[in-house]
Amino acid sequence: MRVTVTVNGVARDADVEPRTLLVHLLRETLGLTGTNVGCDTTSCGACTIHLDGRSVKSCTVLAVQADGSDVTTIEGMATGGELHPMQRAFMENHGLQCGYCTPGMVMASTALIAEAEADGTTLDERAVREGLEGNLCRCTGYQNIVASVLACARGEVGNATDVQVRQGAVA
Amino acid sequence: MSTTDVIGSRRLRREDPALLTGEGRYTDDLPIPGALHMALVRSPFAHARITAIDTTEAAAAPGVRAVYTAADLEHLWANPMPCAWPVTDDMRNPAHYPLAKDKVAYVGDAVALVLAESNAAARDAVELVDVDYDPLEAVIDLEDALSDRVVIHEDLGTNVSYRWDLELDEDAVQAAFDGAAHTVSGRFVQQRLLPMAMEPRAVAAVPAPFGGGVTLYSATQVPHILKVMAAVTTGISEADIRVVAPSVGGGFGSKLNVYAEELLALALANERKEPVRWVEERGENAQATIHGRGQIQEIDLAADADGKVTGVRVRLIGDMGAYLQLVTPGIPLLGAFLYCGVYDVPAFSFTCTSVFTTMTPTDAYRGAGRPEATYAIERAMDLLAAEVGVDPAEIRRRNYITKDKFPYTAVTGLEYDSGDHEGAAAIALDLAGYEALRSEQAERRAAGGTKHLGIGMSSYFEMCGLAPSRVLASLNYSAGGWESATVRMLPTGKVEVVSGATPHGQGHETSWSMIVAERLGVSPDDVEVLHSDTAISPHGMDTYGSRSLPVGGVAIAMACDRVIDKARQIAAHQLEAAAGDLELSGGVFRVKGSPDKEMPLAAVAFEAFTAHDLPDDLEPTLEAQVTYDPPNFSWPFGTHVCVVEVDEETGAVEVRDYVAVDDCGTQINPMIVEGQVHGGIVQGLAQALFEEAVFDADGNPQAASLAEYLVPAAPDVPSLRLGHSVTPSPTNSLGVKGVGEAGTIGAASTVINAIVDALSHLGVTEMRMPASPLHVWEAIQAARGTGGEGLVAEIATDTAGADRDAPSDTLSPQTQPGGGA
Repeated sequence: MRVTVTVNGVARDADVEPRTLLVHLLRETLGLTGTNVGCDTTSCGACTIHLDGRSVKSCTVLAVQADGSDVTTIEGMATGGELHPMQRAFMENHGLQCGYCTPGMVMASTALIAEAEADGTTLDERAVREGLEGNLCRCTGYQNIVASVLACARGEVGNATDVQVRQGAVA
Repeated sequence: MSTTDVIGSRRLRREDPALLTGEGRYTDDLPIPGALHMALVRSPFAHARITAIDTTEAAAAPGVRAVYTAADLEHLWANPMPCAWPVTDDMRNPAHYPLAKDKVAYVGDAVALVLAESNAAARDAVELVDVDYDPLEAVIDLEDALSDRVVIHEDLGTNVSYRWDLELDEDAVQAAFDGAAHTVSGRFVQQRLLPMAMEPRAVAAVPAPFGGGVTLYSATQVPHILKVMAAVTTGISEADIRVVAPSVGGGFGSKLNVYAEELLALALANERKEPVRWVEERGENAQATIHGRGQIQEIDLAADADGKVTGVRVRLIGDMGAYLQLVTPGIPLLGAFLYCGVYDVPAFSFTCTSVFTTMTPTDAYRGAGRPEATYAIERAMDLLAAEVGVDPAEIRRRNYITKDKFPYTAVTGLEYDSGDHEGAAAIALDLAGYEALRSEQAERRAAGGTKHLGIGMSSYFEMCGLAPSRVLASLNYSAGGWESATVRMLPTGKVEVVSGATPHGQGHETSWSMIVAERLGVSPDDVEVLHSDTAISPHGMDTYGSRSLPVGGVAIAMACDRVIDKARQIAAHQLEAAAGDLELSGGVFRVKGSPDKEMPLAAVAFEAFTAHDLPDDLEPTLEAQVTYDPPNFSWPFGTHVCVVEVDEETGAVEVRDYVAVDDCGTQINPMIVEGQVHGGIVQGLAQALFEEAVFDADGNPQAASLAEYLVPAAPDVPSLRLGHSVTPSPTNSLGVKGVGEAGTIGAASTVINAIVDALSHLGVTEMRMPASPLHVWEAIQAARGTGGEGLVAEIATDTAGADRDAPSDTLSPQTQPGGGA
């Protein structure tokens, strides 16, 4: 089947089998391997992307369902050679170790902040933890992921140069 | 920042931008044109004879290029799958090949494989392979395995793989128990765990048929070990195998192995002269990637009237699973030396019997034997505190090896390098507000209620480094414990570092660049770090056992020192000064007393490159290679404190606070250290509260996906509060000890101690892991004598619990208040 999906601002056409998952279209057909696959039960969230502005697990969307949609992947987050503030926040707060869950975490977190802004709510630690429930990480114990998202939500990004200034614990 | 205070700074990781943008490449991300996709046919039975395999329909399916069974591939193997740790001379090790031929011995055991033009075609064809099985009885209970009721590997005649005793002074142990004022005993079950690295395993084997051998890309922690073992197993010349570990998405020990899929892809790519790739599905990961833990522990403590421990006796049954993988039999031994914990214990005996079961092989999982040992001694210390009638913190204070006793030679003969347990415990208890918590607990108990406050603590040693080689030899480990490093000054003054340590998320590149920057006086940005490719880094022992820094990092520092030594001779020649009169500071050699005479290291590097004017006896170029074999293990230590609220009515446990003080010696990058501790604690906490690889009585895994196996998510775990102390190791010039497993080693016992403490006034003295609401509720009912524990057998059959009708922590009668269970 023929699908057209706008991926990171560029319209892409592809022929796919009806059973092709969106994550496989991205990874195998379009070569966008930044979106990772960590499970087969929609549990881990490593494949999280933005579909028409909402965060979704791309292993649970058929490629044909995305026909005509706007998709943003991790490859579309940094622009003009600059990391997205959420990416910067993860770096400054040591929010990643092996990096495998990281693209999904960044995509889920940016959507979480956007939703909070749209709702006019303020994210606290509990809300960030609850909001990331669908994304698993095995390295960080989530401590610094939560710190990263809170730092980004509060605009506390870009203060660190190459040496982290933050001291320790989550607020 | 000057270059001399790089070590100890919170430098951001150079690895991160690539990983944050999708630029990082994991094995399954690599474009491999023309690769065939491999998929495996796996046994749905835990124990069965294979009576027939019909591959006809699969072979004819669209896109399928070949289907193989074990019989088709026998010519590819020079040796069975490797086990590098024959712990005893008479250890039984069933020959084990990448595909099972006559029998399967666990659910997930591979019996056939498909090569196809796409992953989907290969997976579809797997469903068309028709295998006839004649099912046999499963063996999932360690004591059942020990009875040889069903012998899994008939040619061995028994399920016992080995019995290993730490042969010390048995008379002294007996005397300690004979003369004891107090004794306590505990029986603990270390349930099987699934490592669940977020990146499943993946392999791609790419041949260069006209003269380049085969390149094996693998999501592995151990490319160097894999290369050697792959050569031994396949008979392909070691010179024709290159192994590359691209970005690796976590390992936790599960990628410290040599797996069937790696060998199959390599051998088939080599034979067919076309690339073969494979990526593991999560469900396969739960079955075919090694499991962790799997032990039944019995521990007895003898103590004098003051609660000073006078003897420790340990009996272990180890669950090997169906076969011995790379270091399967050695895992209980890694823990053997830690059952005396951080205490000054004069008499110790340890015996371990390890058995085969019809479940996935076990092997190293974060901590590998040491969390298990720490759990047993730290639970037992709490039992002793209750027996003696003193606070758990006090019983530990009375028994810690005091700071002035280091270096301390333990009863096992090992020497502990340095430590300050009282100091670490004091920081942790203060940070947690221990005294106030005890007051709150007393007030709340007096007031009554159904939510109970519990405070638990554990102190631990992490025996790490996994070196020196001669000690590993005494344990029959087949490899060395050294690590290799090369430091090379480039003509432009930049520095190239080649390390044999192989990162999979730890940030080695950042840490190594910091060590070199500090040592040589260059910017960390000017240090390139190369690793994880046997063509670039030919020597290495890889990354496991918290060894990268105390072995590999120290090797880098030593190589820097040798570079400086040579550079000093060149600079002295150029400056017409005596080498002994030169000082290196900030990357510049200066002549003492003649401040105008100086030569930057970068200029020395260029002189070494051109070789136009070197001292007569000096070779051109400026580089040094060091292979470092440490004189001792390193001994990080610490104390953790956990505060829980346990709901008596629902069994729900809420972790209210978690405080950890981990002393890993000198910290190269405290940000990275904290990250390691955070992740480690949550993995240990997950064993205590959530995770268990449950099997039913027929050996079928009941938690074989991330939907069923409870890897905690962010809302499931607390925010952690870290303190630290710094007690440098005296055995290496950096003073470092290693930190990768520390958090995990201390955590599970801390959490369980807190839960038992919360319920102790209800008579609870035991808690089966994971302390799920069901298990907690059952323990409360059991303490009340209402028999709630019987529900376990009805609801879930537990592999680890040898006695299904009782919670796993059953205690011997002398410690039971009122004859509880």
